[in-house]
Amino acid sequence: MSRKKVESSIEGIIPYSGEGSTITIEGGAVCTQLGCAYTGDEAVAYAAKQSNVDVVAAYPITPQTIIVERFSEYVADGEVSTKYLPVESEHSAMSACVGASIGGARVFTSTASQGLALMHEVLYLASGLRCPIVMAVVNRALSAPINIHGDHSDMMGSRDCGWIQLYAENAQEAYDLTIQSFKIAEDKNVQLPITVNLDGFFISHSTESMKSLADEDINKFLPSRTPIYKLDHDSPISIGGMALPEYYYEFKRQQEEAINSAKPVVKNVGNEFGEMTGRKYGFFEAYEMNDADVAIISLGSTSGTVRSVAKKLRANGEKVGAIKLWMYRPFPTEELFSIIKDLKVLAVMDRAISFGAPYGALCSDISSILQNRDSEVKVLNMIYGLGGRDIPTTTIQQVFEESLHTAKTGEVKQRIKFLDVRE
Amino acid sequence: MVILKNLSTEELYAPGHRLCAGCGPSISIRMALKAARGPIAVVNATGCVEVSTTIFPYTAWRIPWVHALFENQAAVASGLEAAYQSLEEQGKRKGKVDVIAVGGDGGTFDIGIQAISGMLERGHDIVYLCYDNEAYMNTGIQRSGATPRGAATTTSPAGKVIPGKRGMKKDFIGICAAHGISYAATASIGFFSDYIDKMKKAIEVDGPAVVHVIAPCPLGWRSNPTETVKLAKMAVQTGMFPIYEVKDGIYKMSLKPGKLLPIEKYFELQRRFRHLLKPENKNELEEIKREIENNYRRILKLAGEQAA
Repeated sequence: MSRKKVESSIEGIIPYSGEGSTITIEGGAVCTQLGCAYTGDEAVAYAAKQSNVDVVAAYPITPQTIIVERFSEYVADGEVSTKYLPVESEHSAMSACVGASIGGARVFTSTASQGLALMHEVLYLASGLRCPIVMAVVNRALSAPINIHGDHSDMMGSRDCGWIQLYAENAQEAYDLTIQSFKIAEDKNVQLPITVNLDGFFISHSTESMKSLADEDINKFLPSRTPIYKLDHDSPISIGGMALPEYYYEFKRQQEEAINSAKPVVKNVGNEFGEMTGRKYGFFEAYEMNDADVAIISLGSTSGTVRSVAKKLRANGEKVGAIKLWMYRPFPTEELFSIIKDLKVLAVMDRAISFGAPYGALCSDISSILQNRDSEVKVLNMIYGLGGRDIPTTTIQQVFEESLHTAKTGEVKQRIKFLDVRE
Repeated sequence: MVILKNLSTEELYAPGHRLCAGCGPSISIRMALKAARGPIAVVNATGCVEVSTTIFPYTAWRIPWVHALFENQAAVASGLEAAYQSLEEQGKRKGKVDVIAVGGDGGTFDIGIQAISGMLERGHDIVYLCYDNEAYMNTGIQRSGATPRGAATTTSPAGKVIPGKRGMKKDFIGICAAHGISYAATASIGFFSDYIDKMKKAIEVDGPAVVHVIAPCPLGWRSNPTETVKLAKMAVQTGMFPIYEVKDGIYKMSLKPGKLLPIEKYFELQRRFRHLLKPENKNELEEIKREIENNYRRILKLAGEQAA
């Protein structure tokens, strides 16, 4: 693949800023002075490359394939010192990541949908053995019926696997969060695996303008991994032994302690990243929440749509706000409560069904934190966008309108609603 | 060649673990580690050896050891080997570590075979060791793809209509050799010198190598714990478990017993085969004998030898 600088002026396709404008190729992306054009997948692959990963083990699955294709090109062109294992299944991909991680390596992988489901038991192994693996999950619906498009059924199906779970809104966030993830996962107080979730196709295959960082800046932000424990002959240890009823529970309790210890680390790393780039991260982004009566909380790419509708309604004088949750696990219980406690209505967007449960997964979490604190906030659960069904601004507007109606009248028409579905 | 006198006295596998008296797999691990040429790390599948040697807070392993899951030892080992290589190439660590993946017959022949195939195809420098006690002994003697025809297990009981396990043992070494690897061998804990030699050769190979060792289980075979080693020898001498090497695709017998011992002698020491010696199962026994002999002749032929 060509990485050469090419003089070009493709007007109308790429932002062109006058004579002498130079288009360069950076990590496979086309760049001008205004930024680089990346798909979400390319952005993640480039972030993994710049994070100096020692081992990658992965298996291809749509819509994650661009990540592994790009990374394979970096390896084939000698641009990285990474060992790349093109394994024979996702089960083996995660298993090889565990092996590499306990060997002391910085490890990256990515998957989607059925691939994540096939990894399921290994996900618990990775967190139980405290392996700081970073995995991009390109969210996709689960079979049956087979569907390759974006929803959150895959990650929600593995939400209790003990991994830190972050969600990106766009290519920029996918890139930024991937870099931060290594620093969070490898922190001495955390030592846990982490997923960066990006919506299949909506983010993975959409080309956006994005700002990447210089290698030197990333090297400074993210030094090589220093493992606390590793499998080596200098000090032989046994990892993964059997813990019977007199010990197992203590291991699990410590694991719960570890994932909660990730909270200050996520915050600090997000701040440090913000100082370096001007793009600050944390548990969530609150938009116009100070005096809001109603708000929508969402994960991933939908958050941008929600924010744009909220902006429009604000211009019309409606007191609406929006919350984009970056960190789903560990759940930012107290912090989230503090910004939603004075709302009249909170609409919770779930892009997955928790079959037979009272609510979708995100709404269940939010309802539980409100109920425990005798809150008056009324919660409306909106299930939407399964199998990649589009979520237009008009639908988000309806959600806001319904929430405003409930705020005004106190009437809750439906606690759980399935948006834009033929019934 | 390894003889008792020059065998390493260093015990990398400590006593005090909780495997049964007369456990063949335990003997197979102790012997395998005698083949170490330097730093060694073991990736162990779920199974008897794993559950009985590392009950927290104890471990019987004096070397780096990891257990992951039942079916992923070959993949975990692949990642570990890749990590060592990557870190060494970047100057982040020093010293070659020989990685050995260990699985029982269930974790190898059945649930783990996909990951093993991947490991062999990708060419990792790993030794895969399968200790074969011919059933899922850890979970209570259930049949596996390595259980010989006719053996009674808890999921292939000798019933009124079906006399024990149906189907022959898989040709695991044939499957491995078909990947075009440089070294694959069968061995028996009854012939320790041959077995340790094979482990040494497997470790020395630059790339994947496989050793498949027969390791009787007194509990599952319903045999006398004092006769484990004797049975491991008889498995070879009866033609039940021929021992041979496949080097770069070329088969070579390690021990040619001449005239095979009658299979009945082997069967009568194990209650898992007791029903086969009853008159009503005469035909079944004859068929089993024919299959064992055919398989033995097939291996001999591959090794370019004639039956006695």
